[in-house]
Amino acid sequence: MLKYELVVVGGGPAGLSAAVEAYEQGVRKILILERDKELGGILNQCIHNGFGLHRFKEELTGPEYSRRYIDMLDETTIEILKETMVLEISETKVVRAISAERGYMEIEAEAIVFSMGCRERTRGAIQLQGDRPSGVFTAGTAQRFINMEGYMPGKRVVILGSGDIGLIMARRMTLEGAKVEAVCELMPYSNGLTRNIVQCLEDYDIPLMLSHTVVKVHGKSRVEGVTIAKVDENLRPIPETFQRIDCDTVLLSVGLIPENEITQNAGIMVDTRTNGPKVGELRQTEMPGVFACGNVVHVHDLVDFVSEEGALSGLGVAKYLKGELETASNFTTANGDGIGYVVPQTVTMSNVDDQVTFYMRVRSVYDRHIVRAYQGDTLVAEKKERKFLPAEMVNFKIKKDVLANLGDGEIRFVVEEV
Amino acid sequence: MTKEMTCIVCPIGCQLTLEPQGDTFAVSGNKCPRGQKYAIEEMTAPKRVVTSTVAVDQGMYPVISVKTEAPVPKELIFEVMKDISKVMMPAPVVIGDVVIENVQGTGINVVATRNA
Ligand code: SF4
Repeated sequence: MLKYELVVVGGGPAGLSAAVEAYEQGVRKILILERDKELGGILNQCIHNGFGLHRFKEELTGPEYSRRYIDMLDETTIEILKETMVLEISETKVVRAISAERGYMEIEAEAIVFSMGCRERTRGAIQLQGDRPSGVFTAGTAQRFINMEGYMPGKRVVILGSGDIGLIMARRMTLEGAKVEAVCELMPYSNGLTRNIVQCLEDYDIPLMLSHTVVKVHGKSRVEGVTIAKVDENLRPIPETFQRIDCDTVLLSVGLIPENEITQNAGIMVDTRTNGPKVGELRQTEMPGVFACGNVVHVHDLVDFVSEEGALSGLGVAKYLKGELETASNFTTANGDGIGYVVPQTVTMSNVDDQVTFYMRVRSVYDRHIVRAYQGDTLVAEKKERKFLPAEMVNFKIKKDVLANLGDGEIRFVVEEV
Repeated sequence: MTKEMTCIVCPIGCQLTLEPQGDTFAVSGNKCPRGQKYAIEEMTAPKRVVTSTVAVDQGMYPVISVKTEAPVPKELIFEVMKDISKVMMPAPVVIGDVVIENVQGTGINVVATRNA
């Protein structure tokens, strides 16, 4: 049987970063398994710029960002198998996979990194009413069609959901000559980054209709229009506001879900708050030697932080293989008022270098608020921000020496008024 | 007249306020100097990086991604897109290869952002 120190499942930004970091930490027998015919994952179709401001201090497009990592890989002895789909992972960390080139394979891994990313919620997931004509796509599917396959899925477009991919696609389709009639967002705020609202919608006078949804799709073989409506505070459509918009294409940008079938089949529990496995500070899961990073753990908004998380797991793998990864944790994290989730869910102090970055999302828009960390009634640390938005992941760093003053137990994060 | 805008130079997205001051504007609300530069430029000569795709002959995919190497005047975006749509690149293409030189007389090149 093939044997590796580390098998990385998924060659997108998380997996690439994990592999590169593990290599830099001295791990030598590394194999990346990638389902697609090239590395880079979703970045390959994200041709817009704005990636890498944190990681590389410059603005890159998606393919350029992934190329930076692929170039780093080329300097190493890391092996890559493309067009290879992982089927399952056994309790003994045998990876079973199917490869276009080699057929069925079993690979014995000392450590595994899960970096499968996430997928888009589809029409079924949001129970969209109406006929089933062609012309309804997820925003990401349309993105792949246009940016990689080179063809336009439609000419008159309504976008449901204001996630970043939806906003980016509103601009992209406009540039390619389509008319984007509207972007409807169910919530009273957008789920996309501010800069995308400005650069993708405002620049092209595309209306962003907050508290609006698509109630029906019309058309027999092809989409002919949609009925949209304003929603009340319980998110229910208000009948008097029904309005028909003619269009031939509907794009859905209604959220992303971590892709964790393999994780769950391996017997690793998925946290209902993140839809990803619970992880520690070095992204170790509850299964010894198995790590997870990137969008498979929780959906990120910037790839830079995906890379950061990948690097943490790479470091974790190296420590694990050297037998230096401490397993008993000191802290668990909890999401208090206003916070949807916190990653990592556990912290083991002896694995921490100098600080821990806690990633979290707020549940709604907060102006003049502050995020505080408590242990019991004791204030541990706080994080100020001009404004907290659900669309923007909060990045809360706490120094190791601050944590060292605490007794073992729970650290709770809450949003409070200033 | 006071004007409000959102800075888009970085993902923080500061809310900027501009007050006319002689020929230029006094900017507030910016967390860093780039915000001021952006606001004044937005008022006088807005620019954007254009990203798109061009057809490629014999590549792994029918198209490859491209970008303007630097931001181009906003009013030229659709003209730049027209030029981009006319190009067909023969493979191989390497990141950074010039696809269109001096697009629309801006002095800025359109370059490939992926290999083919
Ligand atoms: S002013 Fe500076 S910190 Fe604020 S959004 Fe602009 S570039 Fe970012």
